[in-house]
Amino acid sequence: MRERILEMLERDSRLKPEDLAVRLGLDEQEVADELGRMVNEQVICGYTTLVNWEKTGKDFVTALIEVKVTPQRGMGFDRIAQRIYNFDEVKAVYLMSGGFDFTVIIEGGSIKEIAYFISDKLAPMESILSTATHFVLKKYKDRGIVMEKPHKDDERMIVSP
Amino acid sequence: MRCDFVAEKIKGLPFSGIRKFFNIASELQDVISLGVGEPDFDTPWNIRDEAIYRLEVGSTVYTSNAGMPELLHEISRYMRSRFELDYDPANQIICTVGASEGIDAALRAIINPGDEVLIAEPCFVSYYPCVIMAGGVPVTITTRREDEFRLTPQAVEEKITPRTKALIMCYPNNPTGAVMNSDDLLRLANCLRDRDIVVLSDEIYAELTYDGESPARHTSIASFPHMKEKTIVLNGFSKTFAMTGWRLGFACGPCDIINAILKIHQYALMCAPTISQYAGIEALKSGAGSVLHMRNEYDERRRVMVKELNGMGLDCFEPRGAFYVFPSIQSTGMTSEEFCTQLLYSQKVAVVPGDAFGESGNGFVRISYATGMDDLQEALRRIKVFLDLKGL
Repeated sequence: MRERILEMLERDSRLKPEDLAVRLGLDEQEVADELGRMVNEQVICGYTTLVNWEKTGKDFVTALIEVKVTPQRGMGFDRIAQRIYNFDEVKAVYLMSGGFDFTVIIEGGSIKEIAYFISDKLAPMESILSTATHFVLKKYKDRGIVMEKPHKDDERMIVSP
Repeated sequence: MRCDFVAEKIKGLPFSGIRKFFNIASELQDVISLGVGEPDFDTPWNIRDEAIYRLEVGSTVYTSNAGMPELLHEISRYMRSRFELDYDPANQIICTVGASEGIDAALRAIINPGDEVLIAEPCFVSYYPCVIMAGGVPVTITTRREDEFRLTPQAVEEKITPRTKALIMCYPNNPTGAVMNSDDLLRLANCLRDRDIVVLSDEIYAELTYDGESPARHTSIASFPHMKEKTIVLNGFSKTFAMTGWRLGFACGPCDIINAILKIHQYALMCAPTISQYAGIEALKSGAGSVLHMRNEYDERRRVMVKELNGMGLDCFEPRGAFYVFPSIQSTGMTSEEFCTQLLYSQKVAVVPGDAFGESGNGFVRISYATGMDDLQEALRRIKVFLDLKGL
């Protein structure tokens, strides 16, 4: 049940317990309880909306930063990550395998804002060896959703056997 | 004065009831159609991508008549892993132009003039005319709401005569959404086992079954003792992989019958479309995830439909297969055609009269949930308004 509820919410987080219950053939209370448990266990970490900011008037820049660090005694990857993700500007932090240690995704109103954040906050942090910043030019697909789906009519015949 | 060239046999065939309804529905604007017998999903991208690649490299020639060996091999593997049925790709499987060709060719392969063919109704529109075109005599068996539209051995036995040659059945069923579980099929197999009757089992919706487990397993009548030797399993890619327009199906059965089908197919069609065959290989190799995703979504919609329709007073048994619900509209006092026509003109929702699938479908309508949830919910709202306006 858990997996199906999560798959459905991941697709549409607006679904209410009663919707989930009908669609999964489950009892509404049972679903509500399971949702409560999953929130407590932080299996469900939040409910958000995927916004295409390009379509709004707002200035909006996303950067992906490759970060190399040197973990030290008492300051392992998790601690370093925490010091990075505590900044509001930071939207995502992933520990990576391969040529660098963290991917940090930052959003800001302008390139200047992001440059300031990197040069003043991120790069000077002890443990951080180097950063390489890539600016996002256009988002095509995010979290499994195509941002600007080309319009397509339903080409099926209106009635068919 | 030009003489009448059309054959008597064909003149006698009516156009499908669906076509008539299609003509009315097509005239109107902004119709939400729940009358569609094909998936609303696009063919999964990996399958389309493979076809594009095959076009690029120019794989555009005929294949061997039965189909490409690799595809036949994949079908064999698929039938074994999904339905525990062993078919030799060398002589027990043939690729057809949709399961529709399979139905036609299988009937032509087995019917002698005057042979009777039992057809479990309500059913897909082509069985009856295909029997006639093959020179057979269609004999319908009515399945009933009380039995949740399953085919019972009693109903079959009542219609068997010394001339009975074959039985056509389709589970999961279009238009009712009915399925037959192992126990139902065992009873039917026991009744057929010692009789010289070929079973044409149309299992085109085999991957779309729902019973709480995921994935719920479809059982084929061919998997029961002594049934494989007399069963032609018809299946295809249309519903499973959302590939209706690709026209790719297959038939599995005993060598002698498949061989006979191969002759007809060889002379009539040559081979199934080559690009589609390549796409079919890709579908069988790596399409399982997409199938699961689509089935889960149909399942969600199915539950919403059953609950809402019953809530409106349109009695609807819980269908466990395909993507149709088949509610009774008898409580409205209208015929199926009246109900559908009035609903269409009044609320612009298209559903199909049950009797388009045989007389036994009168009093019912087929509602397809192969449409996005938003449209389904809007259509349900409109149906409710329609019933309210009627004071029902």
